[in-house]
Amino acid sequence: MTTAMLVSILMTLIAASTPLLLAALGELVAEKAGVLNLGVEGMMLCGAVAGFAVAFSSGSTALGLVAALLAGVAAAMIFAVLALSLGANQVATGLALTIFGIGASSLIGAGFVGRTVQRLGPVFPAALSEHPVLRVVFGQDILVYLSLALVAGVAYVLRRTRAGLILRAVGENDASAHAIGYPVIAIRYAAVAFGGALAGLGGAYFSLALTPMWADRLTAGRGWIALALVVFSAWKPGRLLLGAYLFGAVMTLELQAKAAGVAWLAPEVLAMAPYLATIAVLTMMSLGRKTGRLDAPACLGKPFSAS
Amino acid sequence: MLEWRRRREPSTPMLWLSPLIAIGLTMLAGMLVFTAMGYDGFHAVGSIFVTPFAEPQRWADIGVKAAPLVLIALGLAIGFRANVWNIGAEGQYVMGAIAGTGVALATYDMSGWWILPAMALAGILGGMAWAAIPALLRVKLQVSEILTSLMLTYVAVQFLFFLVRGPWKDPDGFNFPQTRMFTADQTLPTIMEGSLVHIGIPVALLLAVIAWLLMEKTTAGYAVKVVGLAPAAARHGGFSAARTTWATMLLSGGLAGLAGLFEAAGPFGQLTPQFPVGYGFTAIIVAFLGRLSPLGIIFGGLVLAGTYVGGEIAQSTVRLPQAATGLFQAMLLFMLLATDVLVRWRIVWKRRAA
Repeated sequence: MTTAMLVSILMTLIAASTPLLLAALGELVAEKAGVLNLGVEGMMLCGAVAGFAVAFSSGSTALGLVAALLAGVAAAMIFAVLALSLGANQVATGLALTIFGIGASSLIGAGFVGRTVQRLGPVFPAALSEHPVLRVVFGQDILVYLSLALVAGVAYVLRRTRAGLILRAVGENDASAHAIGYPVIAIRYAAVAFGGALAGLGGAYFSLALTPMWADRLTAGRGWIALALVVFSAWKPGRLLLGAYLFGAVMTLELQAKAAGVAWLAPEVLAMAPYLATIAVLTMMSLGRKTGRLDAPACLGKPFSAS
Repeated sequence: MLEWRRRREPSTPMLWLSPLIAIGLTMLAGMLVFTAMGYDGFHAVGSIFVTPFAEPQRWADIGVKAAPLVLIALGLAIGFRANVWNIGAEGQYVMGAIAGTGVALATYDMSGWWILPAMALAGILGGMAWAAIPALLRVKLQVSEILTSLMLTYVAVQFLFFLVRGPWKDPDGFNFPQTRMFTADQTLPTIMEGSLVHIGIPVALLLAVIAWLLMEKTTAGYAVKVVGLAPAAARHGGFSAARTTWATMLLSGGLAGLAGLFEAAGPFGQLTPQFPVGYGFTAIIVAFLGRLSPLGIIFGGLVLAGTYVGGEIAQSTVRLPQAATGLFQAMLLFMLLATDVLVRWRIVWKRRAA
């Protein structure tokens, strides 16, 4: 294998892993606060379409990213009002959010199908970002660096800070956290909003960085894989990074095999790979576990009401 | 001033009123949203929620679309009652259609009354087999059935693509990615001359009544509800959670598989890449709108089938994009989840103390 090939494969790997990492990290924070938001796929699609629409009409990819983040938060707030304030079933609300995201993105995106925007470019100057080898490190876009920084940031905040301790307390024992005087619902709102923001950016990665062209349902179920990654990570940011890149590798293999035209393997079988890998990983996680639950936050998915 | 008070017991009238309120709110919100987007919002809502039911010539179409929704939702609702979240019905629906089509292709040059029942049986078994995977993983390894059943939907759809583009492609089909058309013996009989109204519609109604009897009049139905509401009490009472998971997953998978076969042997008459239309996901909304009750699901199925039919009407009357249908369906579920707060809470008017 030549260096150029290796560099190209690594670039693909990073690009495939980044949206998963962003969306899954956001969901990890929400779940740490005790909220199971199954609407990741829907929030990603909202971010993807808002990012594309704004980038297309303004000509600015940066504005597109801001719009994607805000759209993700807005979608997350629908979930928060229903599931946190009104006490609706979190599974049902998350599913509704995904159905909503699919409908809203294909409605808004209907006028953009096949249109293209300026691709999200590398952060560093061309001397570094176009270097044949160093571009692996310096040729990435802002979201790649942001996703890696956020893994460190979230890990630090959760483990070492008071804010992180409170967030975990709300997720592990909402009644006690409430009794001590922490605003459980408000903290969960913040965690869900954070999840929405990152899912929105993760979605925008598809429409602005991977393929800067609008296509219906372009996230193709990655939001669900992000949810599975959170389980795989055992709610630890470091392991989430590993998991996201592992899945990125599966998808890279799929792309490489497709490009190489592996004749004995149908393209449809290759397209199944990420989903089958997800099931395999979830199964292995359960086999490898010794006792009890999978380290999930104790209040995950349970509604909380102060009165 | 207005004040929220928690009800001592969930309100039964509100339980049944809240879907109606939710439909009203969805119509209102839809009107506002689509007017803001520059469409004729008033007529868009009218086309989607009123026209399909007001014009008798649309009823056959509503029935044809409601049948698969009702069949799938019946199984899902029983599972949801037991806290078994099978959200991969779309995959089971596709696998049911694939299994039934397998029988159809194998009996291509045969004739006989037995072919269609054999296809239906294969459809049920295909859906059950696909649902058995998440059931096994949940019962044996506590893997969440939510994620596995959903992942399997993507796998099933890819498998369908593989079959219709490859081994099952019609040899006389000018290289189009689709199977042979089913023969007369492989097609669902219609019950109204010259219409699409097929035998699947009365079957769906009959199964809804059977499901209602099962849930309300048998110990098995009682066990499902207890396992869902009070897992600890269920264990104490000797109801097995594992057995309930198996039963509800297989039931919902089998019904989704049957719905898939009906769709393949009815309106489609073959398998094509356009076969998965999302009924498996829409059926989740049907189940909730029908209050997870088999008879309510008939109502929910009609409403959601109406949005499909109405969505097509709105495409021609007010040029609403097809995607609007999905948005209306999602809004309906949002509104329902919101109005359900009235089941547990009530609003009282309290005069301020002087």
